[in-house]
Amino acid sequence: MAEPKDPLSMRCPESMTAVAASTTSLGTRAPAALTLRVVAECSRSKARACELRLPHGTVATPVFMPVGTQGTMKGVTAAQLDNLGCRICLGNTYHLGMRPGPELIQKASGLHGFMNWKRNLLTDSGGFQMVSLLALSEVTEEGVRFRSPYDGAEILLSPEKSVEIQNALGSDIMMQLDDVVSSTLTGSRVEEAMHRSIRWLDRCILANQRPDQQNLFAIIQGGLDPALRRKCLEEMTKRNVPGFAIGGLSGGESKEQFWKMVTLSTDQLPREKPRYLMGVGYATDLVVCVALGCDMFDCVFPTRTARFGSALVPTGNLQLKKKQFAKDFRPIDEACTCPTCQRHTRAFLHVLLHSNNTAALHHVTVHNIAYQLQLMNAIRTSIVEHRFPEFVQNFIKTMSFCHPLKARHGGGWIWIWICLSHPHLLCKKTALHDYTYIIDIRLLTFSLDGG
Amino acid sequence: MTKLIPIGCTRRQGYRAIVLRPGAQELENNFTMKLSLSRVVQGCRLGTLSNLGKKGDRCMEFPGCLLYTRTGSAPHLTHDTLQVISGVPAMTQLTLSSLAEHYEILEEYKEGIGKFIGMPESVFYCSLHDPVNPCPAGFVTNKSVSVWGVGGRLEMTVAKFMAIQQALQPDWLQCLSDGEALCADASSSKRAKKSVDRTLAFLDECLKLQEQSEVLRSCVMIGVIEGGDILEERLRSARETAKRPVVGFLLDGFHGDAMTKETRLRLISSVTAELPENKPRLICGIGQPDEVLECIEAGVDLFESFFPYQATERGCALTFSFDYEPNPEDMVLQQNGQKEGEENGEHIDKIITTKCVPETSFEINLKEKMYRDDFGPLVGGCSCYCCKNHSRAYVHHLLVTNELLAGVLLMMHNFQHYFGFFHAIREALRKDRLGQLKELIYRQAC
Repeated sequence: MAEPKDPLSMRCPESMTAVAASTTSLGTRAPAALTLRVVAECSRSKARACELRLPHGTVATPVFMPVGTQGTMKGVTAAQLDNLGCRICLGNTYHLGMRPGPELIQKASGLHGFMNWKRNLLTDSGGFQMVSLLALSEVTEEGVRFRSPYDGAEILLSPEKSVEIQNALGSDIMMQLDDVVSSTLTGSRVEEAMHRSIRWLDRCILANQRPDQQNLFAIIQGGLDPALRRKCLEEMTKRNVPGFAIGGLSGGESKEQFWKMVTLSTDQLPREKPRYLMGVGYATDLVVCVALGCDMFDCVFPTRTARFGSALVPTGNLQLKKKQFAKDFRPIDEACTCPTCQRHTRAFLHVLLHSNNTAALHHVTVHNIAYQLQLMNAIRTSIVEHRFPEFVQNFIKTMSFCHPLKARHGGGWIWIWICLSHPHLLCKKTALHDYTYIIDIRLLTFSLDGG
Repeated sequence: MTKLIPIGCTRRQGYRAIVLRPGAQELENNFTMKLSLSRVVQGCRLGTLSNLGKKGDRCMEFPGCLLYTRTGSAPHLTHDTLQVISGVPAMTQLTLSSLAEHYEILEEYKEGIGKFIGMPESVFYCSLHDPVNPCPAGFVTNKSVSVWGVGGRLEMTVAKFMAIQQALQPDWLQCLSDGEALCADASSSKRAKKSVDRTLAFLDECLKLQEQSEVLRSCVMIGVIEGGDILEERLRSARETAKRPVVGFLLDGFHGDAMTKETRLRLISSVTAELPENKPRLICGIGQPDEVLECIEAGVDLFESFFPYQATERGCALTFSFDYEPNPEDMVLQQNGQKEGEENGEHIDKIITTKCVPETSFEINLKEKMYRDDFGPLVGGCSCYCCKNHSRAYVHHLLVTNELLAGVLLMMHNFQHYFGFFHAIREALRKDRLGQLKELIYRQAC
């Protein structure tokens, strides 16, 4: 396991290591807009619990950040989101840059003022949206050239422009503009994108007008090629940025490839800076990637699936519109403390979801956000209390017990664990959930060579 | 047999003893909802309804409105966002059209609609139809009335209707009625007579069934006044319905364009003159502020609150003033909340909405481009969640980007504003300022 050993930050809890202050374009030191304090670390995996101090308050990690694309968390008010315990959420530079535009938001005292959110905000660069949403976008060294879907005007989103918009939005964490390619792509385009992302990172750092209030994160690229990833890591970690994101994943790649890249990346990222894994939100992935050393996650899945009437539970999800819930007078989750579960039954939500009253969607959205936040909280507590491995075992047991088929197929990673440590068990035809008692969590941190 | 009934809203105020006689009288005094009239000003009644609800411990002032719901929930709002609104009425309106198809679920649930929808604290009135969604006419027979739910048409005989109500267990329920006297092109006194006959027959049958069920006896019947635009039929309906042991009256069929305003108000006044003073008068389908005032003057006590919902669906915020005694400070606040274009009645760059119900003069359309960079509240001086936390520019943005939060915020504002209007009516009646309020409201109507 390659891990950068910093003599000043041995693996002891409560070690205080302030992130080096980000530098302005003139190279002078500004006060740090971000500090990370590692509170606890798991001895058998790379999981850690930290405190992330940002301009709009402290965030406990590992953290899941709900996505409020257009300056709103869908049907949930800022007050409701705050009451659920959310301390950081996402806004989307591409969407907000188009409507209502950075000038207006700046007039409204930034995105915080515009949506009246007093906690932290993270904005992405807009790069991913453009490439995924727009049919006609062209990437050059300059930036991403595209046509506005609203008025047809030709626009260039350059690293400088992206940072300029994010400066106007005033987010606590902003992302570099990266040259993002699909993870299933192979060949020289992947390498080109990786190198370009490094050059764009440097341009973004220079363009940041407010390093003392806004933290610019780098995004590690390199596709599914370990050599490219390592090269990107080597270069980007030379730059003095307050945090790193692992990008270019959670596309069409297999799970096996996915967390190979994740664990490779966290191996080479500095311990005392936060690691943000972009676009990950399924409960199982969150647990695994925390074990692999990630601190921050975002995903539209929980809020999006809510609007289809799908409620997240420890055993998977409940499609509340289905007939089986018509006379189910239990809450979505008996153990959940969210306002929806405190007051409403699955049967009522079933009825309401079949009406055109949007309140139905809000009930499920509130629950799903609460579910994600409660999950991260449980993960974090288990790390702090030095029982993260047991937590993972229980988690898998709950998930796989109720979905034996899913665990056998979709939980491909469970099989890989078994291959690595107990290959003889594969020959046995025992029930899948029996395996959970013998899975060694150290397997989560296997090295790349020798599989 | 005597029974001790609390006087007023709280038991502190003491008790009075009433003698219960079996049969009709007992039904009528069921849980002794009490109506106390404090004054009558130019035909407008001001008072309180007390001993409401299954426990007999809730009250409601009138003139007032009920909380409008769709499928058992305030539109767009969860409990958290609803309870932030001030002035939410004690009584909630449910619509049978949205709930009837779920009656098997409620039968199995057993604990009644209030608990099922997560509003155990509220008092419920169940109307037949939804004032916002008109249902197709031509489906009333001598034996049945139909409502339209998500799953289509649901035909209800008296027996079925009462069975559904037994599962719902509302506190007040609109009795099965024939409201289609004016649905055909030409008004006919024959059709009007039929609507009255049928409605009375339904009422009598429902009352009979009610006697046979303990559960149903805790729900009280609202008698429905029909008769189209024929005065004699309206009077007959009023007099006959008043003879039955109902707890209140619904004046049906006065909404829409079927009759002129003058005819409508004349008929309403004539009807209420025939009704006992000690029972509340409800009206359906009337929500616009000027029309509300006219109906109150004609003797109506309770209204629905679908009007703020309709404004919300149009992307509009209710902005009409009901502050008939503004102090100079408030005047400035209100003015700051208005742009010049509005004063002149201009509508710059209006984006045409897809809703069919036209915008009224009591609201502003936040989709309009002029609000794009207006960082003031929806209404200056409004203390609702939206006005205290957000700007017109933000709501405009939410509407332009089709975000769900637009509906949530607008509904919160529009409900609070509307409930505030009714509060102002009661205050104006209390302080003898009705004329000023009327003048203010009519000035804003056009």
